[in-house]
Amino acid sequence: MEAISKLFKSNVRQYGMIIALIAIMILFTVLTGGLLVKPINITNLILQNSYILVLAIGMVLVIITGHIDLSVGSIAAFVGAISAVMMVDWGLPAWIAVIASLVVGGLIGAWQGFWIAYVKIPAFIVTLAGMLLFRGLTMIVLEGQSISPFPGGFTQISAGFVPDLANTATNMIAILAGIAFTVLYVLNELRGRREQLKYNFEVTSSTLFVLKLVLVAVILNLFTFMLASYAGIPNILVLLLVLILAYSFVMNKTIMGRHIYALGGNEKAAGLSGVKTKKVTFWVFVNMGVLAAVSGLIFAARLNAATPRAGTNFELDAIAACFIGGASAAGGIGTVFGAIIGGLVMGVLNNGMSLIGLGIDWQQGIKGLVLLLAVAFDIYNKNKRSA
Amino acid sequence: MSEYLLEMRGIVKTFPGVKALNNVNIKVRRGEIHSLCGENGAGKSTLMKVLSGVYPFGSYEGDILFDGQTCQFRDIKESEQKGIVIIHQELALIPELSIAENIFLGNERARKGVIDWNETIVKTNELLKKVGLSENPNTRVTNIGVGKQQLVEIAKALSKKVKLLILDEPTAALNENDSENLLQLMLEFKRQGITCILISHKLNEVSKVSDSITILRDGQTIETLDMHRDEVTEDRIISGMVGRDMTHRFPERHPQIGDVALEVRDWTVYHEHHADRKVLDGININLRHGEIVGIAGLMGAGRTELAMSIFGKAYGRNISGTLIKDGKEIRNNTISQAIDNGFAYVTEDRKEYGLILMDDIKRNISLTGIGKITKRAVVNEHEEVLVAEDMRKRMNIKSPSILQQTGNLSGGNQQKVVLGKWIFSEPDILILDEPTRGIDVGAKYEIYTIIHQLAAQGKAILVISSELPEVIGLSDRIYVMNAGQITGEVNREQASQETLMKYMTKTGGVKDGSDKQTV
Repeated sequence: MEAISKLFKSNVRQYGMIIALIAIMILFTVLTGGLLVKPINITNLILQNSYILVLAIGMVLVIITGHIDLSVGSIAAFVGAISAVMMVDWGLPAWIAVIASLVVGGLIGAWQGFWIAYVKIPAFIVTLAGMLLFRGLTMIVLEGQSISPFPGGFTQISAGFVPDLANTATNMIAILAGIAFTVLYVLNELRGRREQLKYNFEVTSSTLFVLKLVLVAVILNLFTFMLASYAGIPNILVLLLVLILAYSFVMNKTIMGRHIYALGGNEKAAGLSGVKTKKVTFWVFVNMGVLAAVSGLIFAARLNAATPRAGTNFELDAIAACFIGGASAAGGIGTVFGAIIGGLVMGVLNNGMSLIGLGIDWQQGIKGLVLLLAVAFDIYNKNKRSA
Repeated sequence: MSEYLLEMRGIVKTFPGVKALNNVNIKVRRGEIHSLCGENGAGKSTLMKVLSGVYPFGSYEGDILFDGQTCQFRDIKESEQKGIVIIHQELALIPELSIAENIFLGNERARKGVIDWNETIVKTNELLKKVGLSENPNTRVTNIGVGKQQLVEIAKALSKKVKLLILDEPTAALNENDSENLLQLMLEFKRQGITCILISHKLNEVSKVSDSITILRDGQTIETLDMHRDEVTEDRIISGMVGRDMTHRFPERHPQIGDVALEVRDWTVYHEHHADRKVLDGININLRHGEIVGIAGLMGAGRTELAMSIFGKAYGRNISGTLIKDGKEIRNNTISQAIDNGFAYVTEDRKEYGLILMDDIKRNISLTGIGKITKRAVVNEHEEVLVAEDMRKRMNIKSPSILQQTGNLSGGNQQKVVLGKWIFSEPDILILDEPTRGIDVGAKYEIYTIIHQLAAQGKAILVISSELPEVIGLSDRIYVMNAGQITGEVNREQASQETLMKYMTKTGGVKDGSDKQTV
């Protein structure tokens, strides 16, 4: 028991968020009489929040470098609009339109990154300008109208599911994926532990280690079972997982990731240590532009339309997700995993409150309070530790 | 009225896991200058925070008697009302406000919330006169030098009817001239009956102005020396601080000097913001393998600018001149290019420019040389731990583990982390800018030892220091700078504080290195 509490205390940030997420889920499961954890609703939760989660991944990188990006909602709308023009008006194949859209996203990111990294205009101002600029361009491109419908292949990004092996009631591919991930996870953890022992590092006690593995395995398989009993694995979930894993890897294991954290922690010191601060900042914004484009495409595919008001307030949800997930507004602190958990907290709140029939007015207010309290809790913990 | 203005009795202050103060006793006489000496982490700052109410009553044990009354301060405001004013090492002035605004910040001369600017200016002029500063009260603080800013801080303290003035490392950022002025000012205050507590690592200053010295070590009072009664030498103070006899302040060394490692020719640099202002003018210096070369100079002589402009043009614009490393001409156009060329620059400001304070020791050490433990773009985190652990042992960094946040380390240990980072990057040429600023005697000795080891490995080392004894004690050869030029070059045997000071105040450079001065 003592070991558990010690483990918990040293990781209060990480576990705190997960516990909060679970608590909120339990709360709404009770309030909605189990509706929240129905397979169909779980699948919906993923579909509904995917575009915010994609933004949150890019946003957490921006926030770690000590900046902010207010323009992502407008960029998402703009990219959705030009993709619609390409596919619907010009009849281009979906794959060409998607690639072109991602390139446009990257170029927009490069445009903003240039002003921020090289001209040193505060990101708040550059992206505030971008927010207005790209919203305006969206309306110009769409001429104030919505464009729809997209070709069927394109909408599969957001509406489709990974095809099943056989036509059974429960989706076998989802069950198998759950098992496969569990095996991979366990093997990876075992390998890590073996390495640590090889280097003579301290490891958690084997009981705790097994307990953690079992817990993760149960949650993972319960989740895939839920998906299996509805329609299987949404395509978008595959994309999300790839992004989460790839970005976590880059942030934790590569020099680029180290440089992003160092830059956010102390730009001057990082620069004098050989980090190419301008270049790193520039590429973080290019990356944000590309992910905003991805998000815009997902949203357009989900709506099956490009609309002038698409993506409104996406930036605020993405930013809130990062801060709930433990990122620091001063830079240098934050994780991709945290931002995803933060995004899910917001998503479950939205979904749960809608299910119990709470109006949009109450939803907004409660989300605001949750954001404030989450960050207050974080700062309280930090102060307690440093005092 | 008792003889003592301040008595602190049996002060105990505990932080989670550490007893920072363990039964500290200190008695300060009225109208004296009382110095507080101790290594970093000995508890000086903690004691002053207890006294000034930063740590409120109840969070420590023991009694504080001030002016005959028992005090239970809940915050700084309360201690200031009693006339206890503390001036911190890091100045607390707001750069964009004027001198007058800064002095009366939080204490505005106002009627019903409306500021009376005339009164403010008149009062400011009075105060500036007292501290001997002739500046317009409307000058913005950012436009005056650090030395003058220090005086503004003191003027601000005087505006509060101060009875006990506490100065925490007041001369750490000052050059010799400004330091001397400040010490004179303290003596002047003493004549006016203001009691002072001086915290300083500069023992020559301490022994010059103090009436008594209390020495702290490991959170305990070791002794109080009476400067007028006891025979107190600097070595006597040092042995009290470190708990051992320190016969040599510099470790012994037998230099083995090799070929020229770096030559800087006709190095001219213009000011970063004022493009027409020459900061460095035709500098010619060289460094040999295994040699420690010092650069002496007053503040503003251009020492840091020289170091940073060589290190990948980290400072200045329109830089012209040649760098020749091991006989070959090289270019240091960016910092990463300089690092690739085997340069390292340990900054004078480790908190601002040296460390990622929110990161742990491990990540700070691996930052520059991370390529060495990276395979196909993936950092080997296990290797990283080993490297950091090894460096912690080699540098004798005192911390529970390599996962300790560098922001929580003492100055000496922070400096060791910065040095460790650069040692891990395996440079050939190390530029050390004020390597021992603000760190205690024990840690200084350790840093000197590390510098000696690096030189013994054949690395060329350039040391910039404002403390003349340090430059002299450490260097094989010393360049002296003034106003952006090299004004002299002195060998170890000829170096004395007087010689260096002469060149430091001389104008007109020695254009080529051959014109060696022998005095």
